[in-house]
Amino acid sequence: MAEFSTTLVDKGNISVINLEGYLDAHTAPILESNFTELIDASKFKIIVNFQELAYISSAGLGVFMAYIEKIRNNSGDIKLTNMNDKVYNIFDLLGFPLLYEIFETEDQAVNKFKENDEVGSK
Amino acid sequence: MGVSKKNNNKLIVQSRTENLSKIRDFVSNKASETGMSNDEVENIMLAVDEACTNIIKHAYKSFPDGEIIIKVEHNSDKLLITIVDYGNSFDPLVVPDPDLPKYYKDGRVGGLGMYLMKSLMDDIKYKTVPGKYNQVLLSKRINVAQN
Repeated sequence: MAEFSTTLVDKGNISVINLEGYLDAHTAPILESNFTELIDASKFKIIVNFQELAYISSAGLGVFMAYIEKIRNNSGDIKLTNMNDKVYNIFDLLGFPLLYEIFETEDQAVNKFKENDEVGSK
Repeated sequence: MGVSKKNNNKLIVQSRTENLSKIRDFVSNKASETGMSNDEVENIMLAVDEACTNIIKHAYKSFPDGEIIIKVEHNSDKLLITIVDYGNSFDPLVVPDPDLPKYYKDGRVGGLGMYLMKSLMDDIKYKTVPGKYNQVLLSKRINVAQN
């Protein structure tokens, strides 16, 4: 049963991971392998789009914690977008908005990466 | 409570993460029968997912053939979920509340599930008979909107 899937889309030097379905202890390894793949390819600017994600448990939240420091140490970031209220509430309950930038739309996250690139090149 | 006469309020599954979706469907169906709101039903479903994930990973240490028994009962004002396993006993009191800045530094997490369970349910009780079984009791008041 395809209860969780991801698709990877390149937007210039930014990688977008689109999530769909149910992210739990069973399906978290799929997302882990996406992050490993991107890090191995030195792609550290990552947007995760939650538009089609129906459900997340702490095992799914743990994936974001596992890779964030390595990604930021390489001048990258994981930015989160398009969460429904239910999923946002779980992130909020655990204090994630303190550590992660969460945007309403993917474009806002893309623009934030671009702003940072411009500041960095000056 | 002894409200349910039929024996369809119990689910027995093996300790595998692939069964988490089956567990969620079961709990969601049973909790919906109480007339609770969808948001509450989903919170309860998440709390049970977290409890069972802990059992699979910690009590059974990912051994795939352990048994997990989930029982859902309710009366007019309370939903009670009992989860039993026969794995290693596990003391939830030693699990600290999550410390995100520390996890950030360590690149690992722990206790997020326990914290979610505490936040989402009204009451959680643990009982362990070493060498025999472990039991988690999750309860939630039923507040059906009066129209």
